[in-house]
Amino acid sequence: MSETPILDVRGVSKRFGAVQALTNVDFQARSGEVMALVGDNGAGKSTLIKGIAGIYPFDGGEIHFEGKKVNIHNPKDSAALGIEVVYQDLALADNLDVVANMFLGRERIQKPWQLDEASMEKACIETLVSLSVSTLRSVRQAVAGLSGGQRQAIAVAKAVMWNSKVVILDEPTAALGVAQTRQVLDLVKRLAQQGLAVVIISHNLHDIFEVADRITVLRLGYKVKEFLTKDTTQQEVVHAITAGTLESVPGMV
Amino acid sequence: MNQAKTATPAKASRSYTSTDIQQILLQARAYIALILVVAVFSFLSEAFLTPANIIIVAKQVAINAILGIGMTFVILTGGIDLSVGSIVGLTAMIAGGLINEGLVLPYFGVIVYFHVWMIILISLALGAVVGMVNGLIITRFNVAPFIATLGMLYVARGLALLRSDGDTYPNLVGRPEFGNQGFPMLGAGTFLPTEIVNGWVHSAQNAFMAGLYTFLAIPYSVWIMIVFTLIAAFVAAKTPFGRQVYAIGGNERAAELSGVRVNRVKVIVYMISGVCSAMVGLIIASKLVAAHPATGVFFELNAIAVVVLGGTSLMGGRGNIGGTIIGAFVIGALSTGMVMVGVSSFWQQVIKGAVIVLAVIVDQMQARMQERVALQQQQRLELATQTAEG
Repeated sequence: MSETPILDVRGVSKRFGAVQALTNVDFQARSGEVMALVGDNGAGKSTLIKGIAGIYPFDGGEIHFEGKKVNIHNPKDSAALGIEVVYQDLALADNLDVVANMFLGRERIQKPWQLDEASMEKACIETLVSLSVSTLRSVRQAVAGLSGGQRQAIAVAKAVMWNSKVVILDEPTAALGVAQTRQVLDLVKRLAQQGLAVVIISHNLHDIFEVADRITVLRLGYKVKEFLTKDTTQQEVVHAITAGTLESVPGMV
Repeated sequence: MNQAKTATPAKASRSYTSTDIQQILLQARAYIALILVVAVFSFLSEAFLTPANIIIVAKQVAINAILGIGMTFVILTGGIDLSVGSIVGLTAMIAGGLINEGLVLPYFGVIVYFHVWMIILISLALGAVVGMVNGLIITRFNVAPFIATLGMLYVARGLALLRSDGDTYPNLVGRPEFGNQGFPMLGAGTFLPTEIVNGWVHSAQNAFMAGLYTFLAIPYSVWIMIVFTLIAAFVAAKTPFGRQVYAIGGNERAAELSGVRVNRVKVIVYMISGVCSAMVGLIIASKLVAAHPATGVFFELNAIAVVVLGGTSLMGGRGNIGGTIIGAFVIGALSTGMVMVGVSSFWQQVIKGAVIVLAVIVDQMQARMQERVALQQQQRLELATQTAEG
């Protein structure tokens, strides 16, 4: 567990027209740790990760990555740094097979213009094995036929395949049953064990307390508090989500 | 290579169930339809399955097949191109005008006549440009493909009529003094001169050799179809571009989030459709040795019909080039066969329409069945994981 955060977001804000979605928010992720990002609907969780992913720029503030100040203007910038986001809707094309999905947009080329299926398949299997994803019948089967947990695993594997250093998971367990959720949470733990910085957004505190090392709570676009999971309780976090402890919100202390 | 080895323990051996067989039958339905059509008409007419007639069918098929190739790419992305028929007409008129009147440059006081191959390239480029306009309107201004290409259907047809004020460019043979002869070759020409081949056919020892010789006189239009098919099939199945076309049809947002340049791919598919349409415009003008502004009316519907008949889903993401070619042959064989057997032209339309709708009904059945199979697989998996956990 390194003390200096690999991803250090300082004082970012974002305004959509009349709505102030984020106000002066600090956020960190550390290699080998799982950072949970929680908050009620409209707290600014999605805005924060979309800004980090480069979907849209922050209005103010700085992003530091591996100790250096960086500018992220579009998704390519964040991908180049090694930040990968696994979105809630999974971002998989149902009609394509597992290999095609994992390499979508970054296909390997063999001869001029020709897909290098053999090497993609090999890399795909290696990644899945390294993450202990073993329930697949074949990596050549269409994603449409996979279970929710398997789809989530593929989406995560897709994100980590690119030598990524920070993986952001947007509600990875939202639509899953008990057994599937277990698989995904195990996967999240493995990612951190492999030395990645993992950010997980979730509404399920039970899940979060199981996997997260730290918890950042957002409320109405402000950062309420960052907890160390081992030093806090679910009640305390719930209180922060709903009422806010609010040392950071002006005029409310 | 198609088997995952390390990541796939167990469950490899599965016996074929009835749903598997049903699925195979449904997926091969275009082939089955083609075999059925050919069998029926071969039975009804002796002249149907002869080399000479097969070439006649292939010449007709080439038109729909080439249009269908472009349309397949468009439909695979979940779009539609209604402007192909009008692009056929427009390119025919532009090519015809360039041959008969040349390019008039009033400011320089000159008229430029191009070589035939230059005219072909200009026309294909024109088709690409019209397709690009379609694609840009769809992607930059967020207009539904149906509407954008419907607009282009009118615009391109209007431009085709404006080019000659509604007249036909007749007799597109060019003139020796301008060096622009040879255009009719494109539609009717063959690699080996027909006279020589006919000589061989007549002197052949047996019917088999005679048939073989006849196939040597395959016209250029059919060769063009074959070349387009091979290139398109390769692009669709083997290249990153093809993969991305399927991805956009399957889940456009996923493709975008994965870094696929969705807008660029979309523009390119409409350009492909435009080039295919331009090729057909050239072939038809060449075959008729005349360019008429109404060339290609309703061709877009034929193209959509062969694509759908070939098993490509109008929702995008599912289908392939091979299916489209088979679909074109089904329609071609059906049309020719009905003429040979003497079905009235009114009934021909009824039957063709019925076949197309039937194809879509079967397509829907297949989609539902695939969903069901996928669901069953999922349920089996959930059950398996639960029992493994529990």
